Amino acid sequence: MDFFVTLLVRGVVLGCLYALIALGFVLVYKATGVLNFAVGEMAMFGGYLAAAFAVSYGLPLGLAIGLALLCMILFGVVLEQGVLRPMIGRPVIGMIMATLGLGIFLRGISPIIWGVGTKNLDLKLPDSPVFLGNVSIPPVDLVGVALTLALLVACAYFFQRTRYGIAMRAVSDDQQAAMAMGIKVSAIFAVAWALAGVAAIGGGLIWGNKIGVNQDLASLGLQTFPVVILGGLDSIPGTIIGGLVVGICANLAGGYLDPYVGGGLEYVAAYVLMMIVLLVRPYGLFGREIIEKV
Amino acid sequence: MLNRECGVFKATYQADMALYPVPLARYTVAAFAIFFVLVFPFVAGTKYLVWANFAGIAIVAAIGLNLLTGYAGQVSLGHAAFMATGAYTAAILVTRAHMPFLIGLVAGGLLAAVYGLIVGLPSARIKGFYLAIATLAAQFITEWLINHVKWISGGFQASILVPAVSLGPLRFDTEQKKYFLILAFVVLATIAGMNIARSRLGRAFVALRDRDVAAEIIGIDVVRYKLLAFTISAFYAGVAGALTVYYSGTANIEAFQINRSIEILAMIIIGGLGSTLGSIFGAAFVSVLPSLLEDVLGHFHGVLPVSDVGTFVAQLKLVVFGGLIMLFLMVEPEGLNRLWRNVKDYFRVWPFSY
Repeated sequence: MDFFVTLLVRGVVLGCLYALIALGFVLVYKATGVLNFAVGEMAMFGGYLAAAFAVSYGLPLGLAIGLALLCMILFGVVLEQGVLRPMIGRPVIGMIMATLGLGIFLRGISPIIWGVGTKNLDLKLPDSPVFLGNVSIPPVDLVGVALTLALLVACAYFFQRTRYGIAMRAVSDDQQAAMAMGIKVSAIFAVAWALAGVAAIGGGLIWGNKIGVNQDLASLGLQTFPVVILGGLDSIPGTIIGGLVVGICANLAGGYLDPYVGGGLEYVAAYVLMMIVLLVRPYGLFGREIIEKV
Repeated sequence: MLNRECGVFKATYQADMALYPVPLARYTVAAFAIFFVLVFPFVAGTKYLVWANFAGIAIVAAIGLNLLTGYAGQVSLGHAAFMATGAYTAAILVTRAHMPFLIGLVAGGLLAAVYGLIVGLPSARIKGFYLAIATLAAQFITEWLINHVKWISGGFQASILVPAVSLGPLRFDTEQKKYFLILAFVVLATIAGMNIARSRLGRAFVALRDRDVAAEIIGIDVVRYKLLAFTISAFYAGVAGALTVYYSGTANIEAFQINRSIEILAMIIIGGLGSTLGSIFGAAFVSVLPSLLEDVLGHFHGVLPVSDVGTFVAQLKLVVFGGLIMLFLMVEPEGLNRLWRNVKDYFRVWPFSY
């Protein structure tokens, strides 16, 4: 039973951290209809930036994070203007390849700029783990969970109550109708990508602190796919629910079945679960169904 | 002799449907055939033969993927998994059952085709991004299965060693002999690919790609043709995987990971979606590029302002590769094939280009 509770709690924590990355997918998909395959790489890039500002240039942590945040927001906007704007109206394969290409590009360029070795991103958190009952959790995970929840609440507020958030929902609903109502669609796209940059910094900081800033951070994007698909590509509550389901499922499968099958089940279990859900609900648990008309 | 299109009149439908309706095109193809069969393998050094062999295997896989993605419009991020299926079938049949390699190769293709059919099943219900992720799931699940089922791979990160294969008295053990083996399959794949594309099947694929709801209305069985596309494409990938094994002499999952899937997709993007010639251009370009880059940068040892040239080149390859994918998508979405057509179109009306 103890083992089960440990796995469960760790699963919940892991799920929240996955949701942090998944948020990057959903924010962009919701507004622009682009599935960003380079989310993991953007988080890696953000992590590298923060580490470079904090360690290499010796800036205070807060300032370094702020600067990195600014850079990523700029990066998101430039990316949208430069690379993804010409893709509008193209088949799905074009957008998939454009973002995959961007991911490969970032994975190649980051070590060229900042060196190959793993960077230590010290968030100045206490080292001793926090105990929840009998389960020990590193403080950085708790900060990550808090950050995820804060971002989710902020997103919910943004989409329900603010002018831009509502405009963004209108754009995702029908771009032409939104345009006719006087919404500047290109500005909305820029905001969406800027928000993706913010999410990338969040993911890069927390995961970079957890596993070190190096190219491995990029693989986070692929690990997070089951989360977004489970929750539905355009659902913000879906990210946290999908994250929790995947996190718990991965931990349970890893804990109970790994000894029998020889390891590595953590990552695959999520994908198997995703396939099953897709067969039953093709648009994920909370995704909006697309009804096609001729 | 060298008359261009204005001097060619078609009187029958057969003539109109010919693969090469213009005599000049036939001469060009013949010239290339003579070059690659009679000249290149005897003149080129081993290094260039290795490049050509890698490119050849990639061409087989790329033509297959182009049928699925370029013609039928279904994205597959799991093509390396199909290649792995073919590769391991081929390796196991030759090493453990001592079958002739041709049987291994065909069996590899067929098993991959069956696997492709299974992986393609979700396409009956989902499409677009969701389908892409479903094939991605197949990729990861396959990688894990091969790595963790001892019977298939011989253990975690192990590889199966395959001795040089032979056909009768002919043993494919040198780079040159392997070149001819691979060339034969490249030619077969190309001819089959071009013919599938212009047949009823290919036209159904194109209708599916352009608008599947509309295709259904004009009487195309959407699910059946989607699954057919997956099956045929996976067969190509399986053969390419088997060729990889017989060429390199090992079956190892390292060669069939997600990166490989992305690479093949990049080939057909850079080469040109929906074109067999484009798959050939793209596959040759993408598989030769890294070696070429390494070769060229090798001359700049000591000049480059970096400490570790090897790592730098490895990173630079990623930068160039990713950059090229984005560049082609933005500037020339129809790929190298379009560039080639532009050149042809220019000379078609030359010197009266108005």
